[in-house]
Amino acid sequence: MLPVNYYLGLAIILFTLGALGVLIRRNAIVIFMSIELMLNAANLAFVAYARYWQSMNGQIFVFFIMTVAAAEVAIGLALIVTIFRTKASIDVDQISTLKG
Amino acid sequence: MTQQLLQLLLFLLLALVAIASALGMLISRNAIYSALFLVLNFATVAVFFLLLNAPFIAVAQVSVYTGAIMVLFLFVIMLLGAERAGPIQAIQWQRPLAITLAVILLLEGGFIILSQRGVLPRVTTQLPQGFGSPAQVGTDLFSTYILPFEITSVLLLVAMIGAIVLTKGEKK
Repeated sequence: MLPVNYYLGLAIILFTLGALGVLIRRNAIVIFMSIELMLNAANLAFVAYARYWQSMNGQIFVFFIMTVAAAEVAIGLALIVTIFRTKASIDVDQISTLKG
Repeated sequence: MTQQLLQLLLFLLLALVAIASALGMLISRNAIYSALFLVLNFATVAVFFLLLNAPFIAVAQVSVYTGAIMVLFLFVIMLLGAERAGPIQAIQWQRPLAITLAVILLLEGGFIILSQRGVLPRVTTQLPQGFGSPAQVGTDLFSTYILPFEITSVLLLVAMIGAIVLTKGEKK
């Protein structure tokens, strides 16, 4: 196995790109995808360490993160659809009021 | 030794694909292209999971992330017809500031990794038989992690009902 640092470095790069996406994009769906990218980077670090310590706990944790991500996507996309119905836009700059 | 070199080459190649696809997701103006780049990224991460002896997680990654989640994303993008946001940038200084902060985050991470180099010894011992196999994952899920597993089912139910309630639309 390659040193765990390699995988950790890749996870950091992917996480940073996800964070950058949340900050610079204004399309709510792309922001959502960037969040998924960050979750995925965390998963990669988990699995790398699970392999390093030869423990299944990291992999089980990734399994739970995946289910939480699936639930989060379902709710988040439903919210985006609802916002689009009232605002006719998913540009986060225009969604500045909380009332519908 | 050649196997080590081959593994390193494979890692570098896949890492390049993963980073390039993540960048493509960030840069492309059309949200559909972003989603497809993200599918590519998830697929390469699944290959990383295979390299790390996690076959079950790799398959779950492909079926849950690149299958279910990204199809849901594509459906919503096409349903709304909102693949392009408007060209007006409301806050001018946001982008340079965001890039600066991202570079700082990256440097911090790199510093931590470089300063921790050599702290963890290399693994030399052989993996136990069936590590990361579906049987192993199932045994762990239904013994040690039975309570979180059940709570997950409630979470998915709540998400399902929540999505239905949110998108149902109000009766006039």
